[in-house]
Amino acid sequence: MIDREPPSRNAEAASRPFPTVIVSRRAVLQLAGGAASLATIPDASAQPAPASGQTSEALERVRLIVNGDARELELDPRQSLLDVLRETLDLTGTKKGCNQGACGACTILLNGRRVVSCLTLAAMHDGAEITTIEGLSAGGELHPLQAAFIEHEGLQCGYCTPGQIISGVGCIAEGHAGSPEEIQFWMSGNICRCGAYPGIVAAIADAAERS
Amino acid sequence: MTTRVIGKPLPRVDGRAKVTGSARYAADFNQPGQVYAVIVSATAGLGRIAGVDSAMVESMPGVIAVITHRNAPRLPYGEHKSYIDPAVGERLHVLQDDRVRFYGQPVAIVVADTLDRAERAASSLKLAYEAERPIVDPADPTVEAIVPEGARHADTSRGDADAMLAGAPVMVDETYDIARENHNPMEPHATIAAWSGDRLTLWSKSQFVVNEQAEIAAIFGIPPENVQVICPFIGGAFGTSLRTWPHVTLAAMAARQTGRAVKLVLTRKQMFFTTGHRPRTLQRIAIGANADGRLTSLIHEGAGETSRYEQFTEALTSASGYIYSCPNVRTRYRLRQLDIGTPNHMRGPGEASGIFALECALDELSYSLGLDPIELRRRNEPEIDESDNKPFSSRSLMTCYDVAAGHFGWSRRTPEPRSMRDGRLLIGMGVASATYPAYHAPSSASVRLLPDGTAEVAVAASDMGPGTYTSMTQVAAETLGLPVEQVRFSLGRSDYPPAPSHGGSWTMASVGSAIRAACIAVQEKAVRQAVADQRLTVFGGAVDAIEWTGGRLRRRGDPSPGQSYGDIVSSLGKPIEAEASSQRDPDVAERYSMHSFGAVFVEVAVDPDVGTIRVRRAVGAYGIGRVVNPRLAASQCTGGMIGGIGMALMERTVLDPRDGRPVNAHMADYLVPVNLDIPKLEAHFVEEVDPHVNPLGVKGLGEIALVGMAPAVANAVFHATGKRVRTLPIRIEDVLTV
Repeated sequence: MIDREPPSRNAEAASRPFPTVIVSRRAVLQLAGGAASLATIPDASAQPAPASGQTSEALERVRLIVNGDARELELDPRQSLLDVLRETLDLTGTKKGCNQGACGACTILLNGRRVVSCLTLAAMHDGAEITTIEGLSAGGELHPLQAAFIEHEGLQCGYCTPGQIISGVGCIAEGHAGSPEEIQFWMSGNICRCGAYPGIVAAIADAAERS
Repeated sequence: MTTRVIGKPLPRVDGRAKVTGSARYAADFNQPGQVYAVIVSATAGLGRIAGVDSAMVESMPGVIAVITHRNAPRLPYGEHKSYIDPAVGERLHVLQDDRVRFYGQPVAIVVADTLDRAERAASSLKLAYEAERPIVDPADPTVEAIVPEGARHADTSRGDADAMLAGAPVMVDETYDIARENHNPMEPHATIAAWSGDRLTLWSKSQFVVNEQAEIAAIFGIPPENVQVICPFIGGAFGTSLRTWPHVTLAAMAARQTGRAVKLVLTRKQMFFTTGHRPRTLQRIAIGANADGRLTSLIHEGAGETSRYEQFTEALTSASGYIYSCPNVRTRYRLRQLDIGTPNHMRGPGEASGIFALECALDELSYSLGLDPIELRRRNEPEIDESDNKPFSSRSLMTCYDVAAGHFGWSRRTPEPRSMRDGRLLIGMGVASATYPAYHAPSSASVRLLPDGTAEVAVAASDMGPGTYTSMTQVAAETLGLPVEQVRFSLGRSDYPPAPSHGGSWTMASVGSAIRAACIAVQEKAVRQAVADQRLTVFGGAVDAIEWTGGRLRRRGDPSPGQSYGDIVSSLGKPIEAEASSQRDPDVAERYSMHSFGAVFVEVAVDPDVGTIRVRRAVGAYGIGRVVNPRLAASQCTGGMIGGIGMALMERTVLDPRDGRPVNAHMADYLVPVNLDIPKLEAHFVEEVDPHVNPLGVKGLGEIALVGMAPAVANAVFHATGKRVRTLPIRIEDVLTV
């Protein structure tokens, strides 16, 4: 579903000054799965154990452009983009719901495309442009979809909301917001346990119409 | 009270915080110098820990501490029991001994300087177990049904239900099995703990911050005032955060052991271990009726699973005593103790499960009688609550049926099963009643009037999503006569005036009534202040000769603008504050039976070839007293209906019988409704004035919104297919043979 380029963001992506890797969701899953299994092979734990507090892991230098700000980071290669955002950069608007790519609460825009940041290793995205919920509203003015979520009751507890809104922005940009049914289909990767789905669909439909 | 803000469909006052990501949930309160704790969960379902090899893990990069039962501090675990805890039994004492009582019990905690290092270290910790085979199936023949100790209504009886059943002209006698469900809120449980000397601050996900404060104080043997619990936002809970679970103790323990602020977030998998669940229930319903459809006998027997160390009880059979008229009723409630963690209240606790069985049986009876299911209920509509012979404070069940039937188009239904089709799809329409008690718990609230004319209201309440922030602001604004923009309502701190647990659909009744009382109290204080203040026009007036209108104080009949709160407070030179409490009038409780009622209509489409079941539309009508904010109520209600669709068709936690492991402890394998599963839903609130239930006239909505959905779906599935399914969730394989 993510393989298709969102047309409006494409030109922008091509002109970026930093090298980027565009990875499909399937490829990310495979890579993340591979990294996870690597971390548990017996050899890794059989290595001589360093003294407590010592750092044996190699850190990766990663440059990320997060909500327009360039960030130079030294990252543990095991860190997901989600953990980097939340724990390293203290951008806690993006939520961890399942950490297994099944709920959508951690959805961000990575080079203009929506991805679940919990299944995305940060070290793989040197130079990438990332938009989180904190970067959506410009100068204190709400993004039209943010305003629509309030207006149409697209939320209750609010925990899935950042992911829903970011995913909704992606959904509209992909051209997948042509009808309520289409929105429902393309938003089904974002679970809302409170059941605010009718409001979410109405908000995205409204914002899509106005965009 | 001229502003009339109660009843207005205002948007959420916290909407902006929630759509911008600035609303902070427990795990968002990163602290300076914070380190990370990860729980190691038992991989045996019963037995003891035979060995721990922590040396390797302790030497891993960044690891600060590895705490197991061997080196954990012995905590005082002082006596503490709230009404939210099971009345019988004792909470899990975490890391205090080598016993493993259920699969996933915390057996160690690893603390490291970063999250990834802590996760890596925790996954490397080696524990050896002497494992026994746990018993995790309540239907296991070796499991005894026990009478819950101290339960008030384990057994009830009026008339002679068994004898009347035997002689009934028409009868239904069936059993029902509802799967264990996990709440699965989007926000995992999380606690950040930081000690400063002997004072502890917990940023912790909780539906009951004052209880979390008291419980942690008791566990650590420190005064409650030394513990501050902060939780301004809850990312959904549905009951799972009512109790204080072991991870809160572990976070505090790890913070004390390491001398650092510690963040501890449960993994999604761990959310299936130690944070409660809707217990699996086994029930029997037997109903006898005359040929005209009048009930002559109703027997409701039910058992819920619980742990070996606590007796969790819920009101599984209660509604059968009052929802319909029947002279002979017998109910029996039992527990089956298993090697599992203690269950907990989950949205619509008790009623959601009990009503499923009752309403499915009643539907079955309607077919035996050849009577429309709504007419069957109409013929058994009681005049009073026959379980205690009290009048209902209000009851609109049949009005709900009429309203919902009209919106749904029930008259288009042909009663015969398998008689309605849409192309090759089988169409079914089903109905069910819903009910839930209208509770009211003691609560306090404080109000401060400020010189700028605004008011600050505070209660240690919670908002897990229904919109407490907004609706309480409305209650305060209306009582004070201020625009909502001039009222700031704060919640979620244990040092605010105490609130009851945020559950059981009692928050508006309890907290709202307390806020109303505090607003009235602060107005009285302001009046006394104003009449004694020479600079104000009401100076020297008799207190009973002046009144508040539209947030201004003036002599009765005086056309002048009078004095605003701001005038009075400014003149005084300091804020005017009042705190007040509210609880249910015992006389009212003595005189009335107080419950919400509703009627739920569902249309399903079943694919006869592959057995897929989809809810195509649903209409619910509810009599819930006064609706404070119709916009929020509609959202809360359709959300509950969606939860009911999950209960009906998707949700079940499957335990491996060999070791009690939840095999689908994952958001992809524990199915919950996603956007595409949800059809057009309508929630209607019938006009209902209840002058008795509480000063606000509200009866609560959160629970009843879910209750009734699952039986309506099951009844619709029968209508579509002719197949009666008495287990939840209803799965493809249940209807494949149709």
